[in-house]
This record gives sequence, structure tokens and C-alpha cells, in this order.
Amino acid sequence: MDNLSLLWGGLESAVTPENLLWAALGVLLGTFVGVLPGIGPAMAVALLLPVTYGLEPTQAFIMFAGIYYGGMYGGSTTSILLNTPGESSSVMTAIEGNKMAKAGRAAQALATAAIGSFIAGTVGTLGVVFFAPALADVAVRIGAPSYLAITIMALVLVTAVLGTSRLRGFIALFLGLTIGLVGLDLNTGQPRLSFGTTQLADRLDIVVVAVGIFALGEALWVAAHLRRTPMQITPVGQPFMGKDDWRRSVGPWLRGTALGFPFGAVPAGGAETPTFLSYLAEKKLSKHPEEFGRGAIEGVAGPEAANNASAAGTFVPLLALGLPVTATATIMLAALQGYGIQPGPQLMTEQPDLVWTLLASLLIGNTLLLVLNLPLAPLWARLLRVPRPYLYSGILFFASLGAYTVNLDAFDLFLLLVFGLLGLAMRRFGLPVLPLVLGVILGPILESKAREALAISGGSASGLVDEPLAVAVYTVVALLLLVPFVVARLRPARPRTDGGATPETGKRTDDGELVER
Amino acid sequence: MTATAHETTAAPGPDPVDRSQLGLAAGLAALGGYTVYDATTLEVGFADPVGPRVFPFVVGGVLLVLAVLLAVATLRGSRPEAEDGEDIDLDTPADWVTVGKLVGVLVLTIATIDVLGWAISGALLFAGAAWALGSTTLVRDVLVGVVMSVGSWYAFYVGLGIPLSPGLLDGIL
Repeated sequence: MDNLSLLWGGLESAVTPENLLWAALGVLLGTFVGVLPGIGPAMAVALLLPVTYGLEPTQAFIMFAGIYYGGMYGGSTTSILLNTPGESSSVMTAIEGNKMAKAGRAAQALATAAIGSFIAGTVGTLGVVFFAPALADVAVRIGAPSYLAITIMALVLVTAVLGTSRLRGFIALFLGLTIGLVGLDLNTGQPRLSFGTTQLADRLDIVVVAVGIFALGEALWVAAHLRRTPMQITPVGQPFMGKDDWRRSVGPWLRGTALGFPFGAVPAGGAETPTFLSYLAEKKLSKHPEEFGRGAIEGVAGPEAANNASAAGTFVPLLALGLPVTATATIMLAALQGYGIQPGPQLMTEQPDLVWTLLASLLIGNTLLLVLNLPLAPLWARLLRVPRPYLYSGILFFASLGAYTVNLDAFDLFLLLVFGLLGLAMRRFGLPVLPLVLGVILGPILESKAREALAISGGSASGLVDEPLAVAVYTVVALLLLVPFVVARLRPARPRTDGGATPETGKRTDDGELVER
Repeated sequence: MTATAHETTAAPGPDPVDRSQLGLAAGLAALGGYTVYDATTLEVGFADPVGPRVFPFVVGGVLLVLAVLLAVATLRGSRPEAEDGEDIDLDTPADWVTVGKLVGVLVLTIATIDVLGWAISGALLFAGAAWALGSTTLVRDVLVGVVMSVGSWYAFYVGLGIPLSPGLLDGIL
């Protein structure tokens, strides 16, 4: 129960009228940006990062927690009211949620999503309170070789297992690692890939890279393919649920939470798999399986809870190991680094106040989200009608503002444009964004751990594998890479191998071939 | 690596080879090659058994290999799955003119921000981007842009203590 009293201490320092104001502002801004079509949670957090620059760490965390949960909830609102999900983890919500909305039950869909997110977020954050310190206790004792192995495993999992094309995943990952090389080498102080400029030798700011890839890249890509016929938006009133809706939602909320949290907490990242599993489970368990595909409330409640619980779960590896496994977590890591905080095993013992304040902030943000967003839902729905030229001009405007505020240097705007064009190219060529961003932020950590391990062994390669844990992790990585090939060999008759077979894979290919030009 | 086994098979179209993807492969090869070259210019210290070169060698080398794999996959008919989204209509051909206009507007912003300052450059950026995206209400766009850029200038200056470049309006804002 030690953890609970520490959390209580965090809550005490976090709950002041001023801090609550920052939390409310964060929730409102996060939801506002998250609801806007085309903006996912990662982009919302990246775009709003500069707003927290002038604040004290505590206030910044509190506002950030609000932005984080607000952005996530905003995304699910969009996928319920418009039929196209902003990101892969809301695919399942979009299927049933939009059918419910079309059948005039948008209010119930939004309510079950909001309450389910609240329950999952709260339970998930409490899970972080118990698991993260325990994991950090173990992690403090593992050495550089094992740490290196775990980082490599996270990268391989995200790159090879989650995506639809391994080749394109690895291309994105190595592009990211290349970007991560830019700047002074930390050991010898020599500039790498800096073209003789001091700004590049100073290392790239992850905010500029993330805003360029996520925000500007997306805006340019949309500009190339802007939908000229407006989409149908379902009008919505005040969210509420009847007795029957409550009865049918409670089970899916809890099961979704239980499914989502572990998937977020292991460095295999991603909310796609648990949301998909939750959907399947609810369909199996439902007393009304015939309603699935025509707007079953269980199909919204379960996946939404799984999505949020998994998002909370990602804080376990982020805080205890310094390993982000989703795009949003990567940006959170960058934000923490911006305050001079390096997440990792030592963080829990060196700066416990900050960790517990952050966790308490997550609980506060989550609660405010429920309190503010149920009444505001009709207002948010109107945001979907923003004229598209204004929406994407606004994204360009705020992306530039965000990049410019980092150093107040026009050179950062130039870098923003470069990374925006890279983001555009990645969307055109089907390169996944997540491995690239992870490569940028984990590449330098990877290199320093490898060099640390090899320095101890005096340069001999045995330094990389002289811990049993490292050997075990490498074995898992090798299996992950080899098993799909073996399976493909054993079943050569199949016309199309869809490695990984994530729900998204199936969904996308069902949508028909995407032919361009 | 036989990563090609996991590609989407070629769509039935007039040209099974996505030629611009070969351009991407060439770009990756160039980047990988330059990374390796750049690493050769670094000096290796004494006390450091690994040195600053090894990691760029590995990264650049793998990029070169991936470039070759992508070229082979492309010639075998592998096509990318372009990203879908809420406001994206992949059934229409890509509108590169709009993208070009937007890039032009951004370049203009980069070129003018130090002289004109955020309040003016930001407003031009917003109005220019709206124009590029097909808005026809120029006066309103400029007004909205001015309100946003001046508003954000004051929000950052007063609220967060970050002085964005005032440029021409130094002393007026």
C-alpha cells in the first residue's frame, strides 16, 4: 500500500485551484485539437507541446495529462460521428460507433465511449502505480547489454510485427535511425551528418521532427488528395445512456480494460491488437450477436476501454525503462526530456515527486475529461464542420508556430518543411510513421548503450551477450523475425501472405486495392 | 531477407511497376551512401573501443541494402498502400499543384519571418495556405490570419513569456 500513499502525496501536490485550471485547459485544448478531423492524439500532443514551454514542470505535466486524454477522446468522437477512423486503434470504434450514430444513437455511443475511457484510464493509471515501480526495481539491476537487447526488441516488434509490410517498416526505422545520428557524437564531440552547420550539430529537436512528420506531412498529404465532396456528419445531442445501455456496457468496459492494459505495458506496443481482441470477445459473449455490424453498444464500449487502458499501460515501459512504444508516448518522452527528466529505471528513485505528480495528474485529467466532455459533446461535434481550407491552414499555422517557438530560429521552419516533405513522401509510399519516430528517439540511446556495453568488454563483441537476460531477449527477437518466414514456407500455396494479420491489415485489404494516379 | 513475401501483390493496372518508388529506392541509396561516407571523415579516439564510426556504418549500410530490396520488390510489382484518412479521397489523382502552392507559402514564411516578424508572416501563412487550398474569400482569410497571428503573439508573450519575433512591428505590438 506504499504506492497508494505516494500517489496520495502526488494528488495533494497536484490538486490546487490553479493546477486544476491548467488541467481543464489541457483537456479542452486536447479535445478541441483531437476532434478536428485528420488530427490523431500523437499530432495533437506534438502540436500543443509548445504551449507548455513556459510552465513549471508540475503544471506542465498536469496540462499535458489533460491534453493526452483529451486528444484520445477527441479522436474517438471523430470516428463515431464520421465513419473514417483517424488511426488504426479506433477502427473498431468506428465500425459500431458510426452505425449507432446513423441509427440515431450517437448520444449513447459517445456516452459509453466517454465513461468506458474514464474507467479504463483510471484502472490503467492505478495499474501503472503498481507495476511501474516494481519494473523499475528490476530494471535498475539490469546492465547495458540487456537494456540494449530490450530496446532492440521493442524496435523490432514495432517495425516487423505491427505493420503491414516489413520491408517498408524497416526502411522507416532506418530513416529514423539516420535522423537520430544528426548532431554531435556524444562520446567524441564530433558532428555527424551536420553539413557544417551549427544548428544541425546541436542535434535536431524532436518536436520539430514530430510536428513535421505528423502535422505538416499529414496536411500536405491531405492537400494532395482533398475530398471535394463533404462527408456526412451525424448530428448529436447531449450524451446519455438508458438503463439497458448501462447494463450492456459494464462488462465490455471491464473486459476491455483487462485486455488493453497488458498490451500497452509490454514493449510490444500498440492498441490495435487489444481493441480488435476486445471487439471479437464482445461479439462472442454478447446476447445480441446479430446487432454487431449494425451498431452494438458493446462493440463501442469494449474497444474504447481497451484503447484507453492500453494508452495508460504504455506509461509502464515509458517511466520504468524509458522506452516509448507508441507515437504518442514518444512525444511524451520528448516532452519529459525537455524538462531535463530522463525516464528510465533511475527516475523512480531520483525524482519520485515528479513521477507521482505525473501519475496523479493523469487521474485528474481523466476525471476532468468526463466532467467537461459529456456536456460539451454537441459543441465538439460542430467542429467537424470547420471548412477544410481553414482547418488545414490552421494546422500549417500552428505547426509553424510550434517549430518556431523551439529556438526562435527560422532554420527550424526550414527543417519543419524538410520533415513535412518527408512525411508526405512516407504517406505516399506507404511507409509507417511510428518506426521512424521511434528510431529518431531511441537511436541515440541504442548507440550509447551499445558503446557502454562494448567499452566494458574492451571492444570484444562478447560484451553484447554476456548477460543471460540479453541472450534470452535476442532469442525472442530472432524467433519473432524467423517464425513468419517458416510459416510462409510451410504453407506456400496461399496466394497472399499477410504477415502479422492485424485487424487493420484485414480491414485495409477488404477496402479494395488503393490504386493511385 | 525475403521481405517481399509480405507485400501487397500488384494491383491490376496499366503499369504494374510504381516508377516513383524506384526514385525512393535511389534516394535511400544516396542517403545510406552519404551516411557511410560521412562516417569515414570522423576520427576514432584512443580510449573508445567502438568509436563514432561504427553505428553510422551499420545504419548507412543497412539503408543501402534496404534500397536494393525495395528496388527489387518494386520491379516485381510491389505497390505501396497509400495512407487513408478522414479527409482523404484516394480515388482521385494526386493534386500536386496544391501541394506545390503550400510549399511555396511555407518557403515565403521562412524567408520573411526574420524581417516581417511572426505577426505578419503568420497571417500571410494562414491566408496563403487557405488560398492554396481553394478558399475564395481572401479578405476574410487575411482577417482570420491576422487575428490568429497577433493573438498567438500576445498569448506567447504575455501568457508564457516567450517573445516571438516582432519584426517590422517592433515597438507597435
